[in-house]
Amino acid sequence: MEATKVDRLRFEAVRRRHAPRRPVLANAARAFLVGGLICLVGEAVRQGFMAWLRLSPETSATPATAAMIALGAVLTGLGLWDRVARFGGMGASLPVTGFANAMVAPAMEYKRDGWVFGVGGRLFQLAGPVLLYGLLTAVAAGTAYYILYAPR
Amino acid sequence: MTFLWAFLVGGALSALAQLVVDVARLTPAQTLVGFVVLGGVASLLGLYTPLVRLAGAGATVPLTGFGHVLVQGTIADIARNGWLGIFSGGLEAAAVGVTVAIAFSYLVALLAQPKA
Repeated sequence: MEATKVDRLRFEAVRRRHAPRRPVLANAARAFLVGGLICLVGEAVRQGFMAWLRLSPETSATPATAAMIALGAVLTGLGLWDRVARFGGMGASLPVTGFANAMVAPAMEYKRDGWVFGVGGRLFQLAGPVLLYGLLTAVAAGTAYYILYAPR
Repeated sequence: MTFLWAFLVGGALSALAQLVVDVARLTPAQTLVGFVVLGGVASLLGLYTPLVRLAGAGATVPLTGFGHVLVQGTIADIARNGWLGIFSGGLEAAAVGVTVAIAFSYLVALLAQPKA
């Protein structure tokens, strides 16, 4: 028997009613706190690089971001990041520190699948899509910019 | 002052991402990819560079900053090399971040054992 549109809408209504209610405001507040704090640490690292290597505000962003990525990888290896992630939700995932976690954790987990598809493949489980759509955005934006503004 | 703005902007972007997950019901992975694209578009429109100047790491540490770096690198390289820059600028600008992420992630995955 084919499910009609009304059936599907009814099912959707029931599904929504019974889905666990998410504490939306509390989640957002925790994400704000954790994401904000991670960026605060990142800013301290950036200012540290500026003073130490005498970098300008512009050139200090790259090493600071790299340091935050390395920090995320190491904390994941030590098994400490899971707690941050459970509490902070997207506040832990959105900073590059959490991005490093999304690379390390599955690679570590799937080591038994071997060095090619296990570690090599799973390392890019999230990084692959992020790189793909990031680069596509850059190519599209570059093309638009070239057509509109580039001097000829 | 930058510290306060770093906290506020980084926190606000994170809270926004959490709302996208909880209210719009996108998966975290979809949200992260969306934010990279969003950062790139905001950068093209000239909105992201002022945010970086204001908030420092508050704007560069969230993944939106990755989209921004890719797009600004592309635009800068178009100015230097013409249309080839469309294809070279993004990865050039993001080279350090991408390489550190890959190398460190591999090293840690190699050395660390997952908890049972």
